[in-house]
Amino acid sequence: MADKMATREAYGKALCELGAKYDNLVVMDADLSGSTKTGEFKKVYPERFINMGIAEQDLYGAAAGLALSGKIVCASTFAMFAAGRAFEIIRNSIGYTGANVKICATHAGITVGEDGASHQTFEDIALMRTIPGMTVINPSDGVSAAKLIAQAVAMEGPAYIRLGRASVPITYSESDELEIGKGNLVREGKDVTIIATGIMVNEAIIAADMLSSENIDARVIDIHTIKPIDKDIIIKAAEETGAIVTAEEHSVIGGLGSAVSEVTSSCCPVKVGMVGQLDTFGESGSPEELKKKYHMTADDIVLKVREVLK
Amino acid sequence: MTNEELKKIANDIRIDIVKSIHAAGSGHPGGSLSSADILTALYFEVMNIDPENPEMKERDKFILSKGHANPALYAALAERGFFPKEELITLRKPGTKLQGHPNMHYVPGVEMSTGSLGQGLSVAVGMALANKMDNNPGRIYTLHGDGEIQEGMIWEAAMAAVHYKLDNLTAIVDWNGLQIDGKNDDVMKVAPIADKFAGFGWNAFECDGHDIEDIVIALKQAANVKDRPTVIIAKTVKGKGVSFMENEAGWHGKAPDDEQFEKAIKDLGGEM
Ligand SMILES: Cc1ncc(C[n+]2csc(CCOP(=O)(O)OP(=O)(O)O)c2C)c(N)n1
Ligand SMILES: [Mg+2]
Repeated sequence: MADKMATREAYGKALCELGAKYDNLVVMDADLSGSTKTGEFKKVYPERFINMGIAEQDLYGAAAGLALSGKIVCASTFAMFAAGRAFEIIRNSIGYTGANVKICATHAGITVGEDGASHQTFEDIALMRTIPGMTVINPSDGVSAAKLIAQAVAMEGPAYIRLGRASVPITYSESDELEIGKGNLVREGKDVTIIATGIMVNEAIIAADMLSSENIDARVIDIHTIKPIDKDIIIKAAEETGAIVTAEEHSVIGGLGSAVSEVTSSCCPVKVGMVGQLDTFGESGSPEELKKKYHMTADDIVLKVREVLK
Repeated sequence: MTNEELKKIANDIRIDIVKSIHAAGSGHPGGSLSSADILTALYFEVMNIDPENPEMKERDKFILSKGHANPALYAALAERGFFPKEELITLRKPGTKLQGHPNMHYVPGVEMSTGSLGQGLSVAVGMALANKMDNNPGRIYTLHGDGEIQEGMIWEAAMAAVHYKLDNLTAIVDWNGLQIDGKNDDVMKVAPIADKFAGFGWNAFECDGHDIEDIVIALKQAANVKDRPTVIIAKTVKGKGVSFMENEAGWHGKAPDDEQFEKAIKDLGGEM
């Protein structure tokens, strides 16, 4: 397998490059700069780094203020405390105002691992995508994370960028072209489409390989932008392959599966099977153990594909 | 118990903390070690609790609002007989009761699931209000980190506790001066802590958080104060007892390797 990297590592690196490009870029954190990797930016641009202490609501309120005063702000903490703790501040002071804040939230999903349920969020995509005007991005690897973060910073307006703690395989190369709002066709296929997001894209690729040995030709699409979602690529997949399985490291309620179903149900109803966290809290364990236990692996995608093709 | 006995228990708790975090391969030693003496005072001298009857109606309740220090809480509960000490090394392992942050449904004696900082004082206000309504003499205790009190919700609860005259509530702040990104003073100044609480109307005072007798006296005094809550700002050393962890922010959230583990146990006079 190719190299591995956590998407939060890519974030730290990208921030340093973006700091050189935009002298109005300000990076903020809430006492987690080592873990979120905003500390990398702090090393290079200490005068443009602001630590708000353990106060996530204040973090996003102050981020709004800075942004409404002309700064581009990347404000980070764990996804649980960004989308969760600060939800209503994000909704009203950032979403409603259209403030130019990039909420770069790390440690999302089950791969938080040993810290357990209190820190494993499966609700953040659902929460963030209900805010009007909020762009919601969930990169699958280090390369796509760097590209999409750079585009989000170049774009005006609020965005939520979901990043992970664990090291994950790099599946993209520097030459791959990705664009916010456009799904990426990772692999052609005609029998079924696996629409994945975040770290589940790699699982989807593995699942497609497994399925080809059963003579099932699976298309794989990376929906790195959950909002605005690429309707065209979803509709085309529904029409051409007739069945969809979604895969996300997030609750099956309100996340990618729901977003895809919202598209298909109105114009091209097909079966949509969902792989994700099944309306339950997580627990402590290693990321790999937990992915298995909570049914978010390539094997689970294969099972779900067989189910929708029945 | 004599002071010597209490000191021995606190040291055993520290040994358990280091052993369980080493076995887990992850966890938070710094803030667990700093709170060992406070937990010893609460669980072995002050609180009215019964390990045989953990749900006893009139019991005192403790909320570990700084949930990441749960290795200390688990060790105190096991030492006190709430569950077998052998379970301590299952910390953070698949299927364990001893989750990375405390789960009240799995562990007898854990009154509240925590891990997200800043929420424990509000929950304690609710429990204290309920006890007032029910004429239940049980007292409510909480333990907070000094970084944790940067959360705005702490101060919302601080206001409510005074407003409702919750003299059955005692909060303790583990004043070790450090959080994850460094010193409180550098990240987000919280000092003067006692003055802030006093300004909100609390009975607030400082004590030596590693002098168990001093902590016990402070906690007993708090129980006699009428019509307002008490907060004890307990001066501590993060990583207390393990030489290379003391006052090092870097030991907030990582496990010792085998060599460091050996050294830590030696520092504490324990056996491997
Ligand atoms: C709401 C919330 N924000 C952030 C965190 C991550 N976090 C865990 S411990 C910690 C630092 C706590 O410092 P302090 O309260 O001083 O604890 P202590 O020094 O006693 O360990 C942080 C930021 C969290 N658990 N909850
Ligand atoms: Mg502290």
